[in-house]
Amino acid sequence: MKDKSRMIAELKTIIKPYVQDQEAFGNLDEDTDFINDLKVNSANLVDIILDIEDKYDIEIDNESMEKMLTVRAALEVVNKKLGHSYDSPQE
Amino acid sequence: MTSKEIIALLPYQYPFLFVDDICTVDENAITGTYTYDRHLPFYEGHFKANPVTPGVILTETMAQIGLVALGIYMMYKTGELQKNVQIAFTSANVDFYIPVYPEEKVTVKSVKEYFRFNKLKCNVEMYNENKELVSRGTLAGMIKQNQ
Repeated sequence: MKDKSRMIAELKTIIKPYVQDQEAFGNLDEDTDFINDLKVNSANLVDIILDIEDKYDIEIDNESMEKMLTVRAALEVVNKKLGHSYDSPQE
Repeated sequence: MTSKEIIALLPYQYPFLFVDDICTVDENAITGTYTYDRHLPFYEGHFKANPVTPGVILTETMAQIGLVALGIYMMYKTGELQKNVQIAFTSANVDFYIPVYPEEKVTVKSVKEYFRFNKLKCNVEMYNENKELVSRGTLAGMIKQNQ
């Protein structure tokens, strides 16, 4: 698996242009929800997914896309597509 | 799928239907026309004693032909289309070059950039009868089947 903090930083660069709530963006962590916290609209969520596809050279299917609502879920999908194991810590 | 069948599936009617004919359509592009009737209600106010078609109406015309009609056709092609398509116009970045007056006929040409996860994004141009460029822009919307 790629370094998680590096991946979160890469993800932040991708989602920054679409964010409407800058304060929530400043406090972004794995639990951050794109729509509820960052106030991204559904059309821009599609752009984020397409930008993620380009960045990591992967193809995301409809089923995976529907799961990608939080930073954690997005990291899981990307790592799975990249063939990396990803164990989300349960606390 | 004929022009009439596509237009019948559009969720608009007078005075907010801005599609007369779909001339060509395939999975990547569409061309359609519309003539602005001089009795359309907005001409009374835009502008006072000087009717000019508002830019928002030109944008709407570009969206009805370039996004909605194309999206409906593509959903028909993939077998997803039933009735009652749900539509949300999500972005428009349009430049305008020359005015359009009452009774002018315009042609809208739209080319798909992508249609994924229910979002259709297109590059759209509008021309007048002299084949002069009226407006050009990028439009996007969410189009899906009502569940």
